[in-house]
Amino acid sequence: MSHLKRSLGIGLWFMFLTLPLMVVRVNTVSREVEWRWSNLVWVGICAFAIAWFWQFSIERRAAQRAKVAAEPHPEKDRPSLAQRLADDPVLSRRVLLAAALIALIFPWAVSTTQNFYHVNVMVSALIFVVLGLGLNITVGLAGLLDLGYIAFFAVGAYTYALLAKGFGLGFWMCLPLGGVMGMLFGVVLGFPILRLRGDYLAIVTLGFGSITKIVLENWDTVFGGAAGIAGIPRPDFFGLPLDGREKSIYTYYIVLALVAVTIFVTNRLKNSRVGRAWMALREDEIACVAMGVDMARTKLSAYALGAFWAGLAGVIFAAHNNFINPDSFTFMDSAMVLAMVVLGGMGSILGVIIASLALKLLPEYLRAFAEYRMLVFGAVMVLMMIFRPQGLINNMRRKYEYDTADVESNDGGK
Amino acid sequence: MAASSTRGGKKLLEVSGLTMDFGGLRAVDNVGLDIHAGEIVALIGPNGAGKTTFFNCVTGIYTPTTGDVRIHTADGATRRINGMKPNRITGLGMARTFQNIRLFPAMTVLENVMIGRHCRTGTTILDAILGTSRSAREERESIDTSYQLLKKVGLADVADEYSRNLSYGAQRRLEIARALATEPFLLLLDEPAAGMNPQETHELDELITRIRDEENVAILLIEHDMKLVMNISDHICVMEYGKEIAQGTPKEIKENPKVIEAYLGEEAHA
Ligand SMILES: Nc1ncnc2c1ncn2[C@@H]1O[C@H](COP(=O)(O)OP(=O)(O)O)[C@@H](O)[C@H]1O
Ligand SMILES: [Mg+2]
Repeated sequence: MSHLKRSLGIGLWFMFLTLPLMVVRVNTVSREVEWRWSNLVWVGICAFAIAWFWQFSIERRAAQRAKVAAEPHPEKDRPSLAQRLADDPVLSRRVLLAAALIALIFPWAVSTTQNFYHVNVMVSALIFVVLGLGLNITVGLAGLLDLGYIAFFAVGAYTYALLAKGFGLGFWMCLPLGGVMGMLFGVVLGFPILRLRGDYLAIVTLGFGSITKIVLENWDTVFGGAAGIAGIPRPDFFGLPLDGREKSIYTYYIVLALVAVTIFVTNRLKNSRVGRAWMALREDEIACVAMGVDMARTKLSAYALGAFWAGLAGVIFAAHNNFINPDSFTFMDSAMVLAMVVLGGMGSILGVIIASLALKLLPEYLRAFAEYRMLVFGAVMVLMMIFRPQGLINNMRRKYEYDTADVESNDGGK
Repeated sequence: MAASSTRGGKKLLEVSGLTMDFGGLRAVDNVGLDIHAGEIVALIGPNGAGKTTFFNCVTGIYTPTTGDVRIHTADGATRRINGMKPNRITGLGMARTFQNIRLFPAMTVLENVMIGRHCRTGTTILDAILGTSRSAREERESIDTSYQLLKKVGLADVADEYSRNLSYGAQRRLEIARALATEPFLLLLDEPAAGMNPQETHELDELITRIRDEENVAILLIEHDMKLVMNISDHICVMEYGKEIAQGTPKEIKENPKVIEAYLGEEAHA
């Protein structure tokens, strides 16, 4: 019953807090004060319900924890859905095939020649999937915090914009160049911060992101300043003219292919000598170097590779939008990409994809709720962090096939 | 001193005049120690004597203030390794475990050992992405070697478990397997028996001797368990307040009055 009392208290407290905001409205036209008491009731009821549900969930979670702790064999984690999927190659192949099929049909299914809004939204979302997967290498696998990741995205975007406008280079030429430029900047950033950790790393990367934006804003002669660069050419399709819808769909397929390549590469790396070194670095830096892993090389490669994908995504972003300006590369965007990695589950490819799509698509389709959408969005994030701090998908353990036979048959000393 | 003349085997590690200062604190003060092939050498002394600091200086975690650390590699060359990066030193053939266990908790037991193979393999990022034959071969080799090592330390049946889920004693053995995966000629163990029960300590005793004999690895060991130390070591170095106060065979150490006073204390008088 203490729950009830507390929830009641919280409800009243919220009614009091939101009184000036939700109840009093000054009508400036008729010069009257409106008292919207019904709002107060609604706030009270909602706050009460949420508070009650909140306490209920917290209690249940605590009970669950206690049960797990009391169990005699705590090391047997219950396999998650994702783990079961990964362990069953037939099932996972089928799911993958279905996902690929849906992804391929999607743009034709949801668009008409007049209205291809959904395709464009999806292209933006997929660009952020690439960003999420790229940052996943740096943050999720190697454990190197990067609060200025969007700077590499900007590098890619401006590389394409400048090369295409200034030198008339085509999209396909610029795509790898954008990636390489991102990578170069990754190395440039990587060197000075090799020795940094934790808070210091956060501050330096944050600074790097801000510097990039400030340079773009103020160096008008090269980067067009705050106005940005307009009239960036769309990707060319063997010189064939495309209408608006086809252009969008074409870009969609390009990003989709990039997403597929990113998944493939990350997956390969994750289960390799390089990926294991990244993870070891994340887990314990001292033990990692003491076991013979070259820290400088490992860290730099993680930064460079993360930045590479951001550069590629930047080129596509610039080509898709026709127009870029520094406002697309704010700290908020870096934070957003970081949120995708953290919410998805550090290092988990599937988790990051789901989180990226959700974080990009939810606000877009919540536009109907206008001013409340960021509120809902924030609430979802807070709830996630409280109830699933390890991210959407985690606990994926890689099982290796090994030969259990004894190899040392020629060894005399048994 | 007198004992060193009787020690056989090729000299592997040669530490002389090693000193390490932390600001005003001299944690290690002019310590010298040699390790020969096939030996188990113990480094003992009360808590805070500077044993772990000695390890850290030898393995490159710290750069010693003064002194020389030299290793004699298999090809007969002598190298001074002061100030060398830890990963280079591991690459040259010295591997260690940690007093406060430092595993990779979110990686599986097998993966932990596979990290030890890192410096003996060379798969690059491109190899890994393209899935070259080198990548496949080294991966196979890493897995097999690591699994065999797990068998050796008795952890094969938990190879796919997260290392954080292992018992204390198992974690210490996993650290040994991980260090062995780097193919060292010298293995440095920092209090491997800490937190183990007598049964586990006894098994560890056997494991260490077995590693020395089968893997052809010399061992430098920090340990408080006197029974274990006296049982298995060929040579003992005693430290107190950063200084080396005695060196010799277990028998000599047992009878050394300085050691008895400083370290064994009442235990020896009883
Ligand atoms: N990184 C460090 N900075 C400052 N003092 C240290 C550091 N590491 C160890 N010390 C000090 O050096 C002395 C020796 O420590 P340590 O080598 O850990 O002893 P032991 O391993 O023999 O118990 C202690 O007084 C300890 O406080
Ligand atoms: Mg110690």
